[in-house]
Amino acid sequence: MEEGLIEESESGNSCTDEAAPALIAVHPTESSVVVAVGSELRIFDLKGDSAVSPLDELGGPHHSASIRAISFSSDGELFASAGDDKIIKIWKTDSWNCIRTVQSEKKVSAVSISQDSQYVTFADKFGVVWIVSLKEDRDTKAVPILGHYCSIITSMKFSPDGRFIATADRDYKIRITVFPRNALKGAHEIQSFCLGHTDFVSCLAFVCSQDQSKGFLLSGGGDLTVRLWDYISGSLLYTCALDDKAGILEASEIEENDKRAVTDICASSDGSLISVAVQGFNGVMLLSCDLVAKTLSFVKNVSMEKSFIPTSLVLVSSKERLWTVMGASNLTSSDLNNNNQRLLTRVRIISFLQKDPLDSCSRDPALLEDSQVPGGEKLLMQLQGCLDAAAQEAAFAAAAAAVRTSLQNMMIKKQYSVERRELRKRNRNDKKIKS
Amino acid sequence: MSATARVPRKRFYRARAHSNPLSDSHFPVPIRPSDVDFDFDFDFDFDFDFASHYPQSSGNPMDLVRFADVGCGFGGLLVALSPLFPDTLIVGMELRDKVTEHVKHRIHGLRATNPGHYNNISVVRTNSMKYIPNYFHKAQLSKMFFLFPDPHFKEKNHRRRVISPHLLDEYAYVMQLGGIIYTVTDVEELGDWMKSCLQNHPLFEPVGEDEITTDPVVKLLTSATEEGQKVARNGGQTFMAIYRHVASKED
Repeated sequence: MEEGLIEESESGNSCTDEAAPALIAVHPTESSVVVAVGSELRIFDLKGDSAVSPLDELGGPHHSASIRAISFSSDGELFASAGDDKIIKIWKTDSWNCIRTVQSEKKVSAVSISQDSQYVTFADKFGVVWIVSLKEDRDTKAVPILGHYCSIITSMKFSPDGRFIATADRDYKIRITVFPRNALKGAHEIQSFCLGHTDFVSCLAFVCSQDQSKGFLLSGGGDLTVRLWDYISGSLLYTCALDDKAGILEASEIEENDKRAVTDICASSDGSLISVAVQGFNGVMLLSCDLVAKTLSFVKNVSMEKSFIPTSLVLVSSKERLWTVMGASNLTSSDLNNNNQRLLTRVRIISFLQKDPLDSCSRDPALLEDSQVPGGEKLLMQLQGCLDAAAQEAAFAAAAAAVRTSLQNMMIKKQYSVERRELRKRNRNDKKIKS
Repeated sequence: MSATARVPRKRFYRARAHSNPLSDSHFPVPIRPSDVDFDFDFDFDFDFDFASHYPQSSGNPMDLVRFADVGCGFGGLLVALSPLFPDTLIVGMELRDKVTEHVKHRIHGLRATNPGHYNNISVVRTNSMKYIPNYFHKAQLSKMFFLFPDPHFKEKNHRRRVISPHLLDEYAYVMQLGGIIYTVTDVEELGDWMKSCLQNHPLFEPVGEDEITTDPVVKLLTSATEEGQKVARNGGQTFMAIYRHVASKED
């Protein structure tokens, strides 16, 4: 069966068993944690110390296919989830009721909530970004606001001041667009393009320090670099190549000749602490950003157990903790006793509370044991699906490989021979959905 | 500046990871405008006096391109514009390999028979719907031309049209404020489409009739290219939409 790649003239039928990576999101005050794996939203309320079941207004399954993007609003009151079922759900985080369900024409690859919590934007796999206003009637359809021509949008973030929206795609581009007040009319004014990545861009994170009026953007990509940008002008300020960083080659489970990619990045708002997830690396790389000198530097690697390759990271600045999750939509327990084949994930947390006694600016990262995790066993059971996820090494290794393959398939355009291309053209089906 | 027969600096161009040598759809694309290898793309056999024409230049001649003919075909417009704007660098962008080669040969031929002329035009093989921001930086161009673009008649293919609401964002980005976009077609439905996209786009405003009549470029839209000449021969109608890039009205 052919992999479905998104070319402009092609059907959107992707292979239904493409492994979707597990995602993690944490409320800004750490009052709740969400892991999205497969089509499930697993929520743990840390304040109330209990697992939560989100309430869909229709009473049906929350999502019927793999969730590809999740996000809290910056004030934590809203949460958005979206994915391969072409549905975007917006939830209120106090009650975990779904307040809005939006239909997309295509599968969704990214979702984001504006800084004032008024708008939800989502990007589809054809490179178009759509928007709904939470103030309008619930039946109102989403409208397109911008597009990356024929490219999958891999990451979409609002700037901290809400003035800009950054979108990254698989064609090595990052576009910074002015986010207007009346966003429903479209975001037409491009502030800059941040060009410099030599492979697909996979993740974005905004950074701005208190004393600096300027803002900066970090990006990671398939070229195994993390780059620092002045997004107002689009200038590339610094490139940090990760391939030669301490330990990454030895620790990597991928052969040297294979390409590795940065898969996720998150940063403290002042840029002093940047965490990076890299394919094949069982841990997290820590970098630091000097916003005055405009440089990035490698700090250290934090290794985790073998086969634990994080698929998603989130930094809770207020608690100085980095939450990581590993999982995939095809990762089930190999425990034969367990008839209920739940999807497994593994959650690990790194705490940065310990400051290095010799250097007050640097932190000593500490990987928390399961017993030290906030929410303890209850949280782990809810989010992981089991308590002995650490024992499922083989399953995790297979899932890591599957996630890596599916990312490569999505990001790297396949080249077909002339005959095969003609055959594909004949079989294509991209009729517009009759609305 | 005299040209040397140089291979373009590969590292600044993105290369397809898995090239199929049998396919003809591969061409180097610069990662960003400052990486454009000017010697490769502009093949100057004669001295073009950059120093006196562009004393403030940054050193990368690609910065100095001011007009872009998107989908330049066989180069008719480039050839007609060259003598009208001898101090302006003009680039044609064309997707088809053989057509691009034809244009290159045509320009070389004109330079050979007209020494000192036609040094300001060139062609680059690329997909302008994907890569315009790779070639031009913000507010660089003062004119962009879209002559007789592919109509893509079927509704499902409308999104492949070179003028579209999303792509107009990018064209506005590479154009100066006050810069002009010229579109023409002999297909009425496409003409209506392009005009409506431009009319509805907040960053473009129609150029007034009086200005259109005095603009020397306008009559070239229908007379300079092979398609234009064919339409004229057949007595067909043409539909123009000429708009100016303006600032956003939002306060």
